[in-house]
Amino acid sequence: MSDLMLAAGAITPEVTVVPGGWAILALLILGSLTLFAAALDGALSARAAGVANGLGRPFGETARLLRQRRRTTVQADHLLWRIGGAGLLVTAALMVTVVPLGEWMIFDLDVGVMWFNAMDVLVWAVVWLTGWGANSAHSLVGGYRFLAHGLGYELPLMFALVAPAIAAGSLNVGQVAEAQDELWFAVWMPVAFLVYLLGVVAFSVSGPFAPAIGTDIAGGVRAELSGVDRLVFEAGRYALLAAGAAFAVPMFLGGGAGPLLPGWAWVLLKTVLLLAVLVWARRRVPALRPDKFMEVGWLVVLPAVLVQDLVVAVIAAGRG
Amino acid sequence: MSMVVDIAFWGLGIAAVLAGAAVFYVDSMARATYALAISFVAVGVLVMFLQQNYVGVVTILMMVMEMAIMAVYMVMFMGMNPALMPMSMVHGNKTALAVALMTFVGLAAGILLVDWPDRRGSPAADVTMALGEELMGPKMLVMAVISPVMVATVVAGVVLAAHRTRYDRFGDDLKRRPAEDPQPGGVGR
Repeated sequence: MSDLMLAAGAITPEVTVVPGGWAILALLILGSLTLFAAALDGALSARAAGVANGLGRPFGETARLLRQRRRTTVQADHLLWRIGGAGLLVTAALMVTVVPLGEWMIFDLDVGVMWFNAMDVLVWAVVWLTGWGANSAHSLVGGYRFLAHGLGYELPLMFALVAPAIAAGSLNVGQVAEAQDELWFAVWMPVAFLVYLLGVVAFSVSGPFAPAIGTDIAGGVRAELSGVDRLVFEAGRYALLAAGAAFAVPMFLGGGAGPLLPGWAWVLLKTVLLLAVLVWARRRVPALRPDKFMEVGWLVVLPAVLVQDLVVAVIAAGRG
Repeated sequence: MSMVVDIAFWGLGIAAVLAGAAVFYVDSMARATYALAISFVAVGVLVMFLQQNYVGVVTILMMVMEMAIMAVYMVMFMGMNPALMPMSMVHGNKTALAVALMTFVGLAAGILLVDWPDRRGSPAADVTMALGEELMGPKMLVMAVISPVMVATVVAGVVLAAHRTRYDRFGDDLKRRPAEDPQPGGVGR
């Protein structure tokens, strides 16, 4: 039997695999990024609504939801409902395990890119289960809307992740980051980068992909969520956005590369900046109707990213 | 430490079997589908323990995606309304039980009776690559030919099954633009 999980020697020489206990620090960082995203979103909402400073909104919302009484529905499937509600946060935590923080890493998996991909597919299951479990028509409509969006965004997202892996010749996240010492992948594969960001916004059920939780269906998937369940679900959405931004750093933005500051600081800085851009940008894009986005995804986005993959493959083969 | 790995390995195996059994025990399509998903995820992690990381992670990825879609079809076709009405997940019990028992006995007997060879040599450095070459190596040409044929079959099947043709969409002279679709697309064709 293998000792794969305990592989002490990292795959990339520059990466040190830290003991499992450091996962708590990773969770704290993910939590801080989540809080940052929520606070920034609160501030932007407050500014748009013309009311006073909204930076403290996550704290106010947390306090309100923790005090709120848990609502329930007739014949709800509580097991599936709770799994769904908590699943987003868990998925985000599993995603960041393969992101190198400078030279340190928790889980130096040789197929880390696939791991991230598998985790973002988990979101399909989790969001649908949240919609299903409540036994409420509006929630379920939201769940179906998310799956319809998923059919549109998932394949382009997969092929966007393929581009950096081809260029680096590896599915290991550390090696993908290493391969960008000359030029960031975001610069010479911009289509893949943009499609990846679209995918991140999509699997965090936000911005243009928010119809699954739309007000036209009374809140959709989260229509019946209340109290702590709603808190965990909302935190999970921001955490997924943060995890997606963190994963973009080794994949497209050169990992820990940068002058003066140490690698870990650059990773955090780039993550925070990209996260801020994502939080800002997703408010600027109108909602994409699931039925219409399906065709856009398959006829525009997917061919575009496939051509990007072809270009990257030809360049990678040419460099030899 | 290797004992921890052993316990995790067998624990995952038991979890995979129990989750698989739960598919027939639970009384809801959604629970049955996701019990199957849990079983597949456990198998995927087991495959990772065998150092086939790529195969293991792909198993998790594909199966979770497939189950998410399958749940939709199960609920749609099996007449289970969203009111979470309980329904049995089994039918034809006696036949099914007999077939299952015979299959199990046959496979288990095979495992116990076969004279397994001793290991010769050592595993390749990259076992995923070795597995791929063992499975596909001499048949790569066949595989490369079959894949486009399979895709063409899928496309042809969908075209034949669709009850609307291009004449319904574009009119008898094929000149109507944009097309008349019950479900308008997003790119204005």
